[in-house]
Amino acid sequence: MKDPYDVLGVARDAGQDDIRRAYRRLAKDHHPDLNPGNAAAEARFKEVSAAYHLLSDADQRARFDRGEIDAEGQERARRGGWRDYADTGEGARYGGGGPWTTDDLEAMFGSMFGGGGAGRGGPGRGQDRHYTLTIGFVEAVVGGTRRLSLPDGGTLDVRIPPGTEDGQMLRLRGKGGVGWNGGPAGDALIRVSVAPHRFFTREGQDIRLDLPVTLAEAVLGGQVEVPTPGGAVRMRIPAGSDSGTVLRLRGRGVPMHGGSAAGDLYATLRIVIGKPDPALEAFLRGWTPDETPDPRAGMTEAEVPS
Amino acid sequence: MSDGVTIEVVIAEVAGLARADLERWVALEWVRPARAEGVWLFQGIDIARVRLIHELAADLRVDEEAMPVVLSLLDQLYDARRRMRALAEAIAAVPEEPRRAVLERIAAAQEPPNQL
Repeated sequence: MKDPYDVLGVARDAGQDDIRRAYRRLAKDHHPDLNPGNAAAEARFKEVSAAYHLLSDADQRARFDRGEIDAEGQERARRGGWRDYADTGEGARYGGGGPWTTDDLEAMFGSMFGGGGAGRGGPGRGQDRHYTLTIGFVEAVVGGTRRLSLPDGGTLDVRIPPGTEDGQMLRLRGKGGVGWNGGPAGDALIRVSVAPHRFFTREGQDIRLDLPVTLAEAVLGGQVEVPTPGGAVRMRIPAGSDSGTVLRLRGRGVPMHGGSAAGDLYATLRIVIGKPDPALEAFLRGWTPDETPDPRAGMTEAEVPS
Repeated sequence: MSDGVTIEVVIAEVAGLARADLERWVALEWVRPARAEGVWLFQGIDIARVRLIHELAADLRVDEEAMPVVLSLLDQLYDARRRMRALAEAIAAVPEEPRRAVLERIAAAQEPPNQL
């Protein structure tokens, strides 16, 4: 046990006022209830306390000065310290913080651990929420709106911009998790899958389709109706068209959006004979053209080179 | 848990405590004992709180103007400590892999921010 005069840092002939002042100064720094969890402060405070209790009692001090008692034995164990209660669940009675909620936990994680990319202690942006959405081909081309039902029971109105592509990410600002400490909400991120279409395919801004035509339409030409994502349009088929002829409908592809000009629609003609017509059969039997080129004449690559 | 002790017992227990002071502290709600049949009943935590306030006032010279500020800050400090402990216990109960990830994030968050 240290000398109580050294502990308090006072002279051996110090008056009671000096001793009290020295004790108060040290107690303010080391009081264990003001320094919870700091074992060094607690040990120092016990020492200071014991020294003060010894030296503040004139009789005890005189006996110590005469060497009748040592510095020990005067120290009373401090029982029932505030920290012993306040550090337990019981301490919540004086905490005033109310019950522990999930929001508290999120705020704590957000501010203490920098979750969600927020700075420590400051406002935190809410988390981004990720969703996937499958839409139809035509919906992706011309755009539209969708109301999504969320897993938590909420709904989300999603505007699908014209020209949306398969795999594209749509960002809805502020539609994600709520922010903490007044921070902004996160975003909803929606990855869009575009379902394939029965007859349209897309190449960038252009759309392609195979357009079935009759033999007569191909040979003689004429007006036909062509489906496009924006609605059916009439197109003139030139006389003498063949299967595989590609006709372009300018501006009938993906509509203009963002910085992209409207694309075109390319129709590849496919001559469809259908159920054989007796008159056509009869005509073909009696049909003797001057020359009949072999349409397969160029197909030589199919043979294995010798 | 016991039902608590009366104000007389508390005054006998805490050396140098005046009854008028304790009654005022209760009136100011610095100490909040239970009340049953017209008498206050102090439990262990209430007595510890009385002792704390008594030491703050008598030994540390915290006056009655400053006392609510000191108590409020102390209550917030212990509130944060209780929450921190609950959090630490929750983290301790998490499986090894994610627990280590959390602890690494905590360690990283305590490093000074990168200077750009």
